[in-house]
Amino acid sequence: MSTLLDEHVTTVATAAPPKGVGRRNSYWPFVVPAVVVVGSVIVFPWVFTVWMSLHEWTVGGARTFAGLANYMRLGSDERFIASIGHTLLYTFLAVVLPLIFGTLAALLFNARLPLRGILRGLFVMPMMATPVAIALVWTMMFHPQLGVLNYLLSLIGIGPQEWVFSPRTVIPSLVLVETWQWTPLVMLIVLGGLAALPTEPYESAAIDGASAFQRFRYITLPMIAPFLMVAVIIRTIDALKSFDIIYAITQGGPGTASETINLYLYSVAFAYYDIGYGSAIAVVFFALVIALSLLMLHLRQRTKWTELQGGA
Amino acid sequence: MRIRRILDTLGLWFAALVLVSPAILFFLWMISLSLKFEVDNAAYPPILIPERFAWKNYTGVFESNRFGLFFINSLIVTGAATGLALLIGVPAGYGIARMRATKAAVVVLIARMTPGLSYLIPLFLLFQWLGLMGTLVPQIIAHLVITVPIVIWIMIGYFETTPLELEEAAVIDGAGRWEVFRHVALPIAKPGITVAFILAVIFSWNNFVFGVVLAGRETRTLPVAVYNMLSFEQLSWGPLAAAAIIVTLPVLVLTIVAQRQIVAGLTAGAVKGG
Repeated sequence: MSTLLDEHVTTVATAAPPKGVGRRNSYWPFVVPAVVVVGSVIVFPWVFTVWMSLHEWTVGGARTFAGLANYMRLGSDERFIASIGHTLLYTFLAVVLPLIFGTLAALLFNARLPLRGILRGLFVMPMMATPVAIALVWTMMFHPQLGVLNYLLSLIGIGPQEWVFSPRTVIPSLVLVETWQWTPLVMLIVLGGLAALPTEPYESAAIDGASAFQRFRYITLPMIAPFLMVAVIIRTIDALKSFDIIYAITQGGPGTASETINLYLYSVAFAYYDIGYGSAIAVVFFALVIALSLLMLHLRQRTKWTELQGGA
Repeated sequence: MRIRRILDTLGLWFAALVLVSPAILFFLWMISLSLKFEVDNAAYPPILIPERFAWKNYTGVFESNRFGLFFINSLIVTGAATGLALLIGVPAGYGIARMRATKAAVVVLIARMTPGLSYLIPLFLLFQWLGLMGTLVPQIIAHLVITVPIVIWIMIGYFETTPLELEEAAVIDGAGRWEVFRHVALPIAKPGITVAFILAVIFSWNNFVFGVVLAGRETRTLPVAVYNMLSFEQLSWGPLAAAAIIVTLPVLVLTIVAQRQIVAGLTAGAVKGG
């Protein structure tokens, strides 16, 4: 379990210098092909996007240097500002709900339970299934007249909903799909944390007569907090970037009610072919993802720190 | 006490079943949709198990020759992107782990955070300029954006945990850097390579966004082809659901067969493509 998200970075940074196996530089030839590929398909696009964002440029049209004009335009673009709101709402819900259900599922799957392997296998399937194929079936299930979801609601006495067809309910409905799909990833991460828990605190808690809830609240929760933070970080990154499900089910609609930054970026760059402006959106979007990730990595450092304090 | 324990187990099992039921019910419903005639799919209240099965939904998908083409496109793109990623990423993971190159790991991490779409504007222009549009090459290259970081990330983690003693012994016996990698490190790393391979295949196969932008009429992969069916056949749910099942079935089978490797890989790297 030494490799969760940024664990590489920290272990690498704090590890003692290598001994024995030769000089470090002699490993360069192994890395060169990857440096070339990563440089051309990952780093080059980053740099080129920033350069393009400084130009007035549509596909087939002329390219003129525009300085920061594209970025100024973003500030007064109401559709862009609305898309930030949609993205933040979507991300918040698509982090919190999988976190709650995933933690519950992990607690269950951590218990000794017959056929646990098969149940876990079934539980993980939504995460690995092709998102577009999944989205297609959800679209059918959301259908206001023929969809199975409204039928299921009618069984428990709830009236028909409009799901993804109403601006009011479209984002929660899409989050439902996202939660269904990605709760298993949170479960797996938290399960990793539970598997690493020591047994001593539980033994002494049992002697002290602590209740099940108290054991969870005061022993389990603090000890799996770092894993929960990892889950939050990964979920945040993925929810911000979410595209397949939203595009396949609503294409940002009805109207622009579920248009996130990613969907708007797609429209500007590949429907309107406004390359310069699209690049500016990409840069701002990228900055937002990195900023939120760094913020949470920082919070994670603090969780570790308070955990040490609490342990003293 | 014993009855109490049995009741506890039953309670747990019931709770687990409740948690797993959304996944089970969804896939059951998906199968049901794909096996019903339009009349049954439009029935209210909905029918789970129809009286007659519409196998023609499946045969219809296979008989359209375009579907065969898209299947082969998917195989080529995923195969090439995964193969290249292993070729490049396994040695790179080894090199980075042995050099303890912090900065290289950070680049891979940021690549993981970057939205897939933001790579596409520059790559799209580049492929147009190179005249590669209309071939599968742009999609293979774009898929490297997903597969290479997955492979490097998992392999760094794996090589960091493999013991150095064997490699040191080989060096003392006079083996070169490459021979040590080829004959000592690589055989030990086989389980790690399997994990990297499986995850790269799944996330490349499932990828949609690169195909939407880069694929032409003849170069669609399966996820894009299925999405296009949605826009043309809004109302024929049976064939649509059948196509959706066929597209995702290889991945689901792989998930079931290699569950342990996938769980290990995902909890280790917590990677996801796109």
